[in-house]
Amino acid sequence: MPGAGAVRAIRDRIRSVQSTAKVTKAMQLVAASKMRRAQDRAIASRPYADRMRAVLAALSGYASGVSDDELHPLLRQRPVKNFAFIHITADRGLAGGLNANMNRAGAGLALEHQPHVERVSVVTVGRKGRDFFRRAGFPSLAEFTEMGDYPGMAQIQPIARIVMDDYMAGTIDQVYIGYQRFVSTAVQRPTLRQLLPVTAPEGAEAPQVDFLFEPSPVQLLEALLPRYIEMQIYEAILDAAASEQSARMVAMQAATDAANDMVGALTLIYNKARQELITNELLDIVGGTAALEA
Amino acid sequence: MPLSLSVVTAARTIIQRDDVLRLVVPTTEGQITVLPAHAALMSSIGMGEMLAYLPGGEVLPMAVFGGFIQVVHDQVTVLAAAAERAEDINEERAEAARERAARRMAGQHAGPEALNLVRARLSMERALVRLRVRRRRSATGVPSMR
Repeated sequence: MPGAGAVRAIRDRIRSVQSTAKVTKAMQLVAASKMRRAQDRAIASRPYADRMRAVLAALSGYASGVSDDELHPLLRQRPVKNFAFIHITADRGLAGGLNANMNRAGAGLALEHQPHVERVSVVTVGRKGRDFFRRAGFPSLAEFTEMGDYPGMAQIQPIARIVMDDYMAGTIDQVYIGYQRFVSTAVQRPTLRQLLPVTAPEGAEAPQVDFLFEPSPVQLLEALLPRYIEMQIYEAILDAAASEQSARMVAMQAATDAANDMVGALTLIYNKARQELITNELLDIVGGTAALEA
Repeated sequence: MPLSLSVVTAARTIIQRDDVLRLVVPTTEGQITVLPAHAALMSSIGMGEMLAYLPGGEVLPMAVFGGFIQVVHDQVTVLAAAAERAEDINEERAEAARERAARRMAGQHAGPEALNLVRARLSMERALVRLRVRRRRSATGVPSMR
């Protein structure tokens, strides 16, 4: 039989769940508006990415005939002793399984390469991935955090600089990039791909058009390849930003729904308990009156 | 048939149109003019003024700051590191940048400040390009494309 104290406890619990729902609802709305902008930015960068791939494909067609030594260093394959990867996560949590899934994929990539190379190191972008790989004790080449909700090209350049410099210096032999690819608001997929050495994009076979090159194809490639690396990192980071806001919006929506369900269930219990309490009090009064009349 | 022109940067598409009669581009090898039926071309772009000539004598001036150009079958693609349309350039800001760069260049010459001198020269160059593009627009009275 519930006492008045128990009924008050249920009421307090309802209030607490209601205020949680208010917070998660607010976070959901914030994430929804940020998501829209992040998605627009990811979409707006696509023409540049697509066209740059086409230009590189056309250019590397001309480079394909040359011997290994003549190949641009960023294109040249070599035995992999030092493997590195850029690991992109969010700075903040409350985004469902987004960061955990990315960390799992990154760890998988590291463990897969570890037996075959001397060293696996990581460049982390985002606090969640940084903390994860710190705990795991992986050597870190660099850590980037606080990229903001809408990172720009200027913030990407230092990341590209580090991997390109280390690659050219020969301290790393292969570089991958891992990020949460934005598929849709509901679906984000951990994606791992090779960044260095650069593999020519689709359609890079025999050149179909006889181009005039000014300056030479080798010089153009030399200028284009760093921009291509930057573009790929930029694309990954924009996608990751859109994924983060989408995952957070969906997670917060689920939390709000769960909180509202709980309020409903608790309200039912509360009403029942209150009714019982009133019934018991009435019974007491009725019983008392009956005793007096007897 | 006119040229189809796309000017894109990593952040956004600056221009996308199919009625360009002639395009003047500052490549790193010198200024070139692309006309319809131009040979397939790939080149790198320097810093400077790019002019798209449109039907009716209209000219669309743009400032470009490095990048690449590809011409294939009358399709012109400009992959710009940065690009601005004349109407998006803030003249007062460009003028202020020019004055700031001029002061810096006058103030320092050698030693550890040599790098700053290089920077000042670059920002001077950028400011001059912006001002030229912006003023060309006001001079020719090109109506806004918006």
